[in-house]
Order: sequence, then structure tokens, then C-alpha cells
Amino acid sequence: MTLDVEAVRKDFPILARTVRDDRRLVYLDSGATSQKPRQVMDAERDFYEQHNAAVHRGAHQLAEEATDDFERARTHIAAFVGGQPGEIVFTRNATEALNLVAYAFMNATLDGGPARFVLEPGDEILITEMEHHANLVPWQQVARRTGATLRWFGVSDEGRLDIDPSLISERTKVVALTHQSNVLGTINPVAEVARLAHAVGALVVVDACQSVPHMPVDVTALDADFIAFSGHKMLGPTGVGCLWGRAELLREMPPMLTGGSMIEQVFMDRSTFAAPPQRFEAGVPNIAQAVGLGAACDYLTGIGLSAIHDHEARLTDLALAGLGDLPGIRIIGPTDGIDRGGAVSFVADGIHAHDLGQVLDDSGVAVRVGHHCAWPLHRRFGVPATTRATFYLYNDETDVDALVDATKRALEFFG
Amino acid sequence: MNLESLYQEIILDHYRNPRGKGLREPFGAQVHHVNPTCGDEITLRVDVAEGVVADISYDGMGCSISQASASVMYEDLVGRPLDQVWPVVDAFQELISSRGKADPDEDVLGDGIAFAGVAAYPARVKCALLSWMAFKDATLQALGKDFA
Repeated sequence: MTLDVEAVRKDFPILARTVRDDRRLVYLDSGATSQKPRQVMDAERDFYEQHNAAVHRGAHQLAEEATDDFERARTHIAAFVGGQPGEIVFTRNATEALNLVAYAFMNATLDGGPARFVLEPGDEILITEMEHHANLVPWQQVARRTGATLRWFGVSDEGRLDIDPSLISERTKVVALTHQSNVLGTINPVAEVARLAHAVGALVVVDACQSVPHMPVDVTALDADFIAFSGHKMLGPTGVGCLWGRAELLREMPPMLTGGSMIEQVFMDRSTFAAPPQRFEAGVPNIAQAVGLGAACDYLTGIGLSAIHDHEARLTDLALAGLGDLPGIRIIGPTDGIDRGGAVSFVADGIHAHDLGQVLDDSGVAVRVGHHCAWPLHRRFGVPATTRATFYLYNDETDVDALVDATKRALEFFG
Repeated sequence: MNLESLYQEIILDHYRNPRGKGLREPFGAQVHHVNPTCGDEITLRVDVAEGVVADISYDGMGCSISQASASVMYEDLVGRPLDQVWPVVDAFQELISSRGKADPDEDVLGDGIAFAGVAAYPARVKCALLSWMAFKDATLQALGKDFA
């Protein structure tokens, strides 16, 4: 199945606007946040216009409808990643979802249980050098507070994960890794790492922010224990993300936030907590945004995740070839299309990424420049910053051409 | 606004041929500042002698705007008595934060007026100010005061 980009683009009103003196907008920053189709915005608007009420409370029809909409969204999102509705926790974003797991370890350690989440000095947390800060900094905090040791898989010069099995031992309690690097584009063999981790009883936490929007992801095939993803990177609204967790683990886990909506019984001196997922959704949640995210999943399913992935792979190949042919351009990440998603980061000899990005912007091409919240990874490659283009279903060959042409222009401007 | 107004020849010249770059002794204080959004860094030393900025030496990495800004600052400030330095720092800060609406005075800012175009790009404001904020911090430290 091929993707009809022209038809897709009609669903995204923002793509029709111009930038910087009437230039066509070439949006290549979906890795930071995606644009939103009318269907998602309509779902959010319809919720506010027709059904708005606080969920899981209220003895009136609107409250019933709002709860139904919210829980239907949960069902659609669960199906989207191959999980059960009760395994989907709505969060503010993926960062909060990852922190929710990190805090489970810290809180369990303080509480003296449950055992699977208790960390002691000598225990190890294994991460990777290609993590986004969201799947790195929380684990530093966990290690610092529990006395556990932080270790990590390195990254090869080609931008592949260096899976050193000797780093996984009986001491390893958590392995946290990204499914797809937001800088390199590398797709990691999560199932292979999970097999090693599970063999020693470690839990596997996956940052799936860059994979769930762009390819078919099935939590069973991935063999992860937790995956985190954000709504706004997959055509959904900002302010909503998800944690999927294995039901038996969520049942054991202590909450991060406490208060309304997440309790079972409350007394003056103590409380008991609700079953998951409500246990992890304290306060009135981001209902309209969850509904919007449900609509985004429906939209993506309608197009087909395999078709989206194949389409992005074609654009990525074109970009790698086009940029790779330019003198003084170095790709940071795999230069072949194997196990690789649509994030292409590069540096130009003698031109700082900020300056390069400025010329691209002046040409209407929106990219991200900087360390992309992966500072240690940039240090690993000896560069302070990169320019990153990311592709999505609404991009086409002319966008790749615009990227290559604008990069040429930057090389001439600063040459 | 266009690229040429942002990247004026003066800026590109300072970027390609930075004045005063490299760390030197003696110095009264040394600071290290970073721009956490893009990872640009500067290490900067200030030597104040008898109320005069005797030297500013610096090293670091960053975009053309941040590098040129450090070079321009070196030219603008070294050799000035401290009481004449602060008005220049304030004027530069004001220019950069003006969103492109300021009318800079070349007599005060020297080559610094070339940064008027930068002010129109909010994302680049921090690049232009990195070295100037580092200078402020280092000088106050050298004088035994805290950077506020």
C-alpha cells in the first residue's frame, strides 16, 4: 500500500501556510512535534462543544458521555500498540510516563516494597548512550537516591547500539532504552535486549516516542515491560502522553502523584489506592487531549503504519543520498536504510548547526538544531550540535529536495 | 528581515577572524557559561587592573553569532574603565532584546550595532548574549560581587 501524500496534506491546514516572506512551509521537525490533522482537532473541539465534563464522577449525562469518550480513547490507543485498555495510563507527556516508572522504583525503595521495584546499593540500572534526556536524567536520579549504579551501552561510530551482554548480570534490575534514537534514527533491537534482561529478572523500560508514531509497534513482540510515548508526536494534541505497562506490574506499582481520583478509600490518617490505570491518574485528567489522541490513532490506523514507515524509509534514503553527496556534510547516524527511521542528523564542516538551521529557515525549511535533548550522545560524536530533519506521512520528495537545496545554499553562504 | 541583515559582513568577519580569542593570564576571575538549549559553551576570563578592564580572554564553541559577539565584545570593552563598561553592556543587552525595534548608537556599541538584525530572531538572542553575560558574571566575581 502506498501513501497518497497529496490527499494526506489536505488534512493538515497548517501545511498550506507560508513562512519567511511567502515561502512554502517545508516542515521537517515532526520528531520534535508533529502537525495535527483536522480530524484530531475536530475530535477535541467536538468533545468541548458537545460532551465536556469531568470523567469518572458526576451523576449527569455529560459526565457519562465524557467518561465514555475518554475510555474509548484509551481502548483505541491500547489496540494501537497491542495492549489492553487497563494497561494504558494517561500522562502529560512521555517524560512524565518515564518518570512514573522511575518514581515507582524510588517510592518502592522508600516503602520497602514491592520487591521487584526495590533498589539497593550494588543493584544496577542499565541505560544507553543514545537516550533522550527523558530516559536518562530520571535514571540518574533513581541511582543517586537509591544507591544503585548507573551503567550504559555505548554507541558505535556508525550510530548503532553496542550491546555488550557482559553489562547485564544478576545485579541488573532495570534496562531502559529507546526504541528509535531521536537523533541517529537507529532502531534498536529491543526484543533482543529484553531477552537478555528478562533472563536475569530485570525490567525493561522502552522510550517509544520515535517509534510508535512511525511504524507498527506491538508491545508483545517488543517484549517490553513498559513503553512510553507522547501524543503530540503522533498527530495528537500536546499535553497527553501514555505509559503502557504490563498489567501485573502496574498492579504492584506505587503511584507517583497522589490525591483525587486515584484512591480507593481515604481516612484521616491513611488511604488505599485504586486499581490501575486510575491509580496513576491523580486529579482530573487531560480528557479532551486523550480524546484527540484516540482520534490520531484512528487516523494513523486508517492510513496504515506499515505504509507510513515505508514512505518515511523512501524519504530517508533520498535525504541520506542527497545530503551525503554534498561536500563537507557528515551524517551522524547510520548511512544505510537498515533498521533506521526517518530522523536524519548531520553536521557541516565549519558551519555551526544554528547557522545552518537559520539558512534552512530562511528557505522555508523547518528543522531542529542543537543537541535534541541528547547531549551525551552529541559528546560521544564530538559535536556540540547537529541539524536534524525528521520525516512524517505528510512529507514528500519535494521536501527532501528543499532540504538538500537549502543545505547547499548554507554551504555557499558560509563557504 | 533576511539572512544578510542577520549575518552582516561585520559579524561574519569577527566569526572568521575572532579578536582576542584564547585564554590568557593574568585574570581576576574565570567563568564557564553554557546555553543549555543548543549546547554552546564559553570559558571567559577577566582581568581588571586599577579600575580598567585590562583583558578579556575567552575560548569556547558555538554558532557564528555567539562567537562573533564575543569577539566584538573584546574589541568594545578591553581598555575601558569600568564605569564606561556598564553602559556599553546595558546598551548591547537592550539592543539584542529589542525585537529589532532599537536604534543603536555606533558611538556606544562600535561593531556591536551589527547585531541589530539578531534582535529580530528571538531564538538567537541567547547566542548573542552568551559571552556578554559571562563577562558580567566574571567581572562581578573579580570585583568580589555576586552575579545577580
